[in-house]
Amino acid sequence: MSTIIIVILITLGTLFILLAAIGMIRMPDTYLRISVTTKAATLGVGLLLLSSAIYFNDLSTTSRALVIFLFVLLTAPVSAHLIGRASYFMGVKLWDKSVMDDLHGKYQKKTHVLKSEIDDTPGDNVMHDRPDYGNEDEEDEDELVK
Amino acid sequence: MTLNDYIYYVILPVLAFSILLIFYRFFRGPSIADKVIALDLLITTGIGIIAVYSIVHGRSTFMDTAMILALIAFLSTVAFSYYIEKRNRKK
Repeated sequence: MSTIIIVILITLGTLFILLAAIGMIRMPDTYLRISVTTKAATLGVGLLLLSSAIYFNDLSTTSRALVIFLFVLLTAPVSAHLIGRASYFMGVKLWDKSVMDDLHGKYQKKTHVLKSEIDDTPGDNVMHDRPDYGNEDEEDEDELVK
Repeated sequence: MTLNDYIYYVILPVLAFSILLIFYRFFRGPSIADKVIALDLLITTGIGIIAVYSIVHGRSTFMDTAMILALIAFLSTVAFSYYIEKRNRKK
C-alpha cells in the first residue's frame, strides 16, 4: 500500500520539477522565471521529500524531511523577492507583452527607496521600456524625455 | 517492476534531464539575475535528487546533505542579490 503512495507522490514531484525546468527555458522574462522557481520547484521538492519520509517510516528521517521542506518553503519567497528587487534595479527589461508595471517611476535609482507616488525626476528613477497603457500616458512620456 | 527499478529507470533520468534543461538557462541566461535564479533552481532540484537517491539506496543519511544544500542555496541567493544591488548603486 505504501509503495503505491510513494509511486504517486514521486511521479507528481518529478513532473513538477520537470515543469519548472521547462518553464525555466520557455518563460520569456526574468520575473516570470522567478515565479517558476518559487512555486513549481518548491511543490516538487516537497512531494519528493514527503515520499522519502513515507518510505523510511522513521521518526528521524521524517523530521529531517519536514525540516528541509519547511526551510525551502520559508526561504524560497524571501530569496525570490530579493533577487527580483535586485534585477529591477539592474534594469532588467520586462516582457514586451506584459500588461503593466506597477513600480514604474517609484523606485529611486540613487537612494534605492520605494516611493508611493510617481516621481519623474530625470536620472533618478529606474527606467524601463514602458508597456502601452493607453493614450493617457503619452504626456508622461514627453516629460520623461525632457 | 519494483519500486527501485521504477525510480532508477524512470524518475532519476527525468530529474537528470530537468537538470540539463536548467543548465542550459544557467549558461545562456541573458542577465546575471537569470543565472542566479538558475543556480537556485539547480540546488533545489539537487535536494529532490538526493531525496530520491536515499530511497534507492535505503540510506537516510543523505538527507543531512540535502539540509546543508538548502542552507547554502538560500545564503548564496541572498549574497548574490545583495552584491548585485550594491554594484549598481550610484555613489
